[in-house]
Amino acid sequence: MMWYFLMSDAFTFGAFLISYGTVRFSSNSWPDPNYVFRSFPVIGEMDIPLAFVSLMTFILIMSSVTMVLAVAAGHANDKKGVIKWMLWTILGGLAFLGCQAWEWTHLYHQGAWWGRNPFDNIDGTAASTNFTNFFFTITGFHGFHVFSGVIINIIMLIMTIKGVFERRGHYLMIEKAGLYWHFVDLVWVFVFTCFYLL
Amino acid sequence: MENTHHTGGHAAAHAEEHSFDKKAIWRTFWILLIITIVELVLAILHFSTGFPPKLLLNGTFIILTLAKAFYIIAEFMHLRHEIRNMIMTIAVPALLFIWFIAAFLWDGDSYRNLRNRYDPYHKEQSMPKKAPEHEGAKPGELH
Repeated sequence: MMWYFLMSDAFTFGAFLISYGTVRFSSNSWPDPNYVFRSFPVIGEMDIPLAFVSLMTFILIMSSVTMVLAVAAGHANDKKGVIKWMLWTILGGLAFLGCQAWEWTHLYHQGAWWGRNPFDNIDGTAASTNFTNFFFTITGFHGFHVFSGVIINIIMLIMTIKGVFERRGHYLMIEKAGLYWHFVDLVWVFVFTCFYLL
Repeated sequence: MENTHHTGGHAAAHAEEHSFDKKAIWRTFWILLIITIVELVLAILHFSTGFPPKLLLNGTFIILTLAKAFYIIAEFMHLRHEIRNMIMTIAVPALLFIWFIAAFLWDGDSYRNLRNRYDPYHKEQSMPKKAPEHEGAKPGELH
């Protein structure tokens, strides 16, 4: 069933990203992501664009790996392993959310928010607010998915610690939570491409 | 690796023991990481030298993204090791995306052309050849 929920969720995200694509195609010009996303915490403005968002991508892929390892441990009925890898996954999710919170705060202080766009188009003309509206809506929606994923993972962790799955004899629930978590990672791959690279 | 469950039903698909190959997981991780780094390097290269033309670059990004998506779905989400009918019920509806994307991007392009043709003011405002001192011109002001 999880797969079919994920299908429907994929179409929701797909609709968001495609409407973003449509609006972008209908605009004569668009802000340059390499210019907009060039900051890094503490170091500040850097000459290397996209460094911070790459770190976020790395964190999310890493947490996906630890999730697979948790599922694998569940297959082997290894309770300790599941707990260990679930903890790492939750940590990764929280780290990603922290990074996103920083990024949003930074952009907010630069003057970007829903309905406000301080960044000019790449060709120097004034940009509409489409860019920031789509950016905050879609990364916000994705961030909310990450947030719910972390909550689900925490619930799974508590159930594992209490031995619910051990008594049940299988760790299928971990697998389902894992599917959701990988889906969040999958969506991020597309969000990353659509907003930061293209 | 190539253990497809032709014989087993739902129960057997979950009962197999060696389905999670730790080596395959880490290999997938490295593939994803390397693809991401390649994307990043290309983006930076384009930003600083303008070398790969934008269109070529975007095509490369899209192909690399689809490759990443394939690895996440096939290995991390384990779909490659499910029964064939399961794979099909997921993969076939996903094909709708091709039409979905093509149709809407085409539409977007058509909006732009229509607007540029029938709304000269919009075109003038959003085209770069406009002289810079008009930057602060109020909307609706004649010049």
